[in-house]
Amino acid sequence: MSMTRFVTSDGLPGLLAFLSQNGRRVLVPVEKPANKRSVVFEPWSKGMPFTLEKATVPPKAAVLPQSETLVRYKKTKDPENPERVTMSLDDSMEAQPTVVFACRPCDARGFAVLDRPYLQGPFADPYYKARREALTVVTLTCPSGCNTCFCHWVGGGPSSPEGSDVLMTGVEGGYVLQAVTPRGEELLAASSLPDGAEQFPLAEAARKAAWATLEPAPDIKGAPEKLAALFTDAEFWQNWTDRCLSCGACTYFCPTCYCFSITDEGEGLSEKGGRRLRSWDNCMSSLFTREASGHNPRMLKAFRMRNRVSHKFSTYPENWGAFSCNGCGRCISNCPVCLDIRAIVLAALNADQATAE
Amino acid sequence: MPVLKGKELRIVGFLCNWCSYGGADTAGVARAGQPTDLRIIRVPCSGRVDPLFIVKALLNGADGVLVSGCHPRDCHYAAGNFYARRRLEVLKQFLPVLGIDDRRFEYTWVSASEGQRWQQVVTVFTERIHKLGPAPRLEDAEPLLKMADMALTSLRPLGTGQTAALDQLKEAIKAKLPELECVIGWQQGYDGAHTVPLFMKTPEDVDKLIWGPFNVNNPAVYLPSFKGKKVGIVVKGCDSRSVVELLQENLIRREDVTIFALPCEGTLDMARVNQTLGRYSKIDKVTYDEAGVTITADGKEHRFCMTDCAQGKCYGCTTPMAVLADMRAGQPVKVEPGSRTPPELALLDSMSLEERMAFWRGQMERCLRCYACRNACPMCVCRDFCVSDSRDPHWMSQEDSTREKLFFQTIHALHLAGRCTGCGECQRACPVGIPILALRQQIARAVGQLFDDYKAGLNPTAVPPLLGYELEEKNIHERDWK
Repeated sequence: MSMTRFVTSDGLPGLLAFLSQNGRRVLVPVEKPANKRSVVFEPWSKGMPFTLEKATVPPKAAVLPQSETLVRYKKTKDPENPERVTMSLDDSMEAQPTVVFACRPCDARGFAVLDRPYLQGPFADPYYKARREALTVVTLTCPSGCNTCFCHWVGGGPSSPEGSDVLMTGVEGGYVLQAVTPRGEELLAASSLPDGAEQFPLAEAARKAAWATLEPAPDIKGAPEKLAALFTDAEFWQNWTDRCLSCGACTYFCPTCYCFSITDEGEGLSEKGGRRLRSWDNCMSSLFTREASGHNPRMLKAFRMRNRVSHKFSTYPENWGAFSCNGCGRCISNCPVCLDIRAIVLAALNADQATAE
Repeated sequence: MPVLKGKELRIVGFLCNWCSYGGADTAGVARAGQPTDLRIIRVPCSGRVDPLFIVKALLNGADGVLVSGCHPRDCHYAAGNFYARRRLEVLKQFLPVLGIDDRRFEYTWVSASEGQRWQQVVTVFTERIHKLGPAPRLEDAEPLLKMADMALTSLRPLGTGQTAALDQLKEAIKAKLPELECVIGWQQGYDGAHTVPLFMKTPEDVDKLIWGPFNVNNPAVYLPSFKGKKVGIVVKGCDSRSVVELLQENLIRREDVTIFALPCEGTLDMARVNQTLGRYSKIDKVTYDEAGVTITADGKEHRFCMTDCAQGKCYGCTTPMAVLADMRAGQPVKVEPGSRTPPELALLDSMSLEERMAFWRGQMERCLRCYACRNACPMCVCRDFCVSDSRDPHWMSQEDSTREKLFFQTIHALHLAGRCTGCGECQRACPVGIPILALRQQIARAVGQLFDDYKAGLNPTAVPPLLGYELEEKNIHERDWK
């Protein structure tokens, strides 16, 4: 059996203090009071209140910040010959050791989805790689399903270990921590927490109970082919996206959307120099595919949504053998018009059946 | 911008080419001594000064901003300064809601011959800024999170609209449908406690139309995308104001739009409903009575009384009936006369300038720039060509800073000056609940006070106040420079 530890509910701040040793940044879910309350990941510091609720914003920024500086550059004119300009570059990376604490299994699986294109392709992204290698994920398993969640449709579940280093399950009086990777074992071994073998059966029972709360999942194995077949069916996509507002809520709140844009800010010759930034991009925006000529191959919001759904359920699986949607449901719950990606995938499966008949 | 540390502060001046720049030159030629803090940017006309220039300067470290143009009736381009006067006065009244002292911004008129007046303006303004000291910076503020008080009383009865003449309306829509591309309304969303916009194209679609307190979306947001096509739209009172504002600005044509209306009894604040429901797997049942809704989720009953859980805007709503409609069904609603300060704005009103800056610092930190606020806004008609995305002019960088994010909100708010009908979709759409509606509400209040209680979206033939001017402004007065 893998290594287990037990922490009481009161012991959580102590655990966080342990995790934040050696300069580690510990990202914890923090509640932001407002008339519409939200939960976001923030670096923990001693005495800071935190919550164990599912966060509104996934912890993707731990490895893929909303905006990061790739290169700083500065141009200097030769005082003897101002036409001669020398350029200095600084592309040092920031990769602070980080622990994501109490994300959910869907969030953790998000890291696994990001790993494939960023690390396993022909080129590994050095910025991503540095952050990912410095990351430890402590995941809180979900106690129940939820109306917008559908992790079990896409190969996950309320206690899926994929992407996590340690799984944490709530039981009476506290939490059982179970290491699921060598990195997780190392972390737990270094802690002074008591062994959790005694409570582990309780955790297993809690996980089982969580699975039992889920509504039965439809079989969506056929989605990649069926969505690919619908690629040219403009009417299908238009009907399903008529209410889309083309904002970026679905992509920016998605733990697996990884497209980025690169822009240069500032002037190389200025006092501060220039910076090349990488920031999140969003395929719902017309700008995403607008070409320098002004031509845009994805003029309609229908085609932009087609891209998003097809990427998650058709092209990514084709390339990497797994859906790139984790079923966290944030694109549904955060959408201003409740556009439901589940409904589109199901409609695609059924549309194909209808034509086959 | 280099300054003499400890001696000078950063003051930016936008001077029109024809009068004030000449005035400054006259003062210089006359060797009229002046403080040296001011850095002048020459512009063709004070009408060229976008209020965003000023906000950008103030958010990025300017301690003061001065705009100066030709005297009214003396503009080189006839009317540039008349437009500027309205815009800049609205801006001056807007700045405090961001936590910026409005004394840090001033506008005035100096002609090319008034060297002495220029000397006085610069001296007085610089003295004022020195008295105020260096401007506080957004980044230095300690984040402050406060919530608006939602215990409100309403100007009109709130209910669930279940007695509305929905069937009658559906018949009317079906009768008109053959002439229309589609009719926009609402249908049930992923469960009985959520609705989504509906695009009715067939009579079967019309049967899906629902009416009730879950109809939160403003369907007017879709109208400009149908420009040139005949469409129908079902509206609540607030939605109808958006339709009227679009008509006021010629963004849609009256003959293209058929408006169907029912009297609105208020809509639910879905943020509070969702929060009360919490994490649930399934909605078992939604039942309505006159005063509220009972939602049963996972076997647990939750009761939402309309007087407690309506959207903030519903309490001060004076237009439960559509202000413009082609087909109305149902009885008119009685509205008590009066006005309410909206809850979000009341919260900002209760804070000091320092607190407001700290408040926005705390709020904007969690903004992801998803632009749901922008895209849910029926008045944001630039759509795919928003200045915030533009590289040239380069209004915004891709940096992830609270300053950039707050600056985007000021772009949105100022582009809505005199146009925002207060539908609140920006705030409702925000996934992380930033109370950005307050910024629009402050502008709407300033516009009302300056322009005879003007409210956007009530009269299809009215000219929005910032698209016009008066030679003599009743409520805008020249400032004293003594």
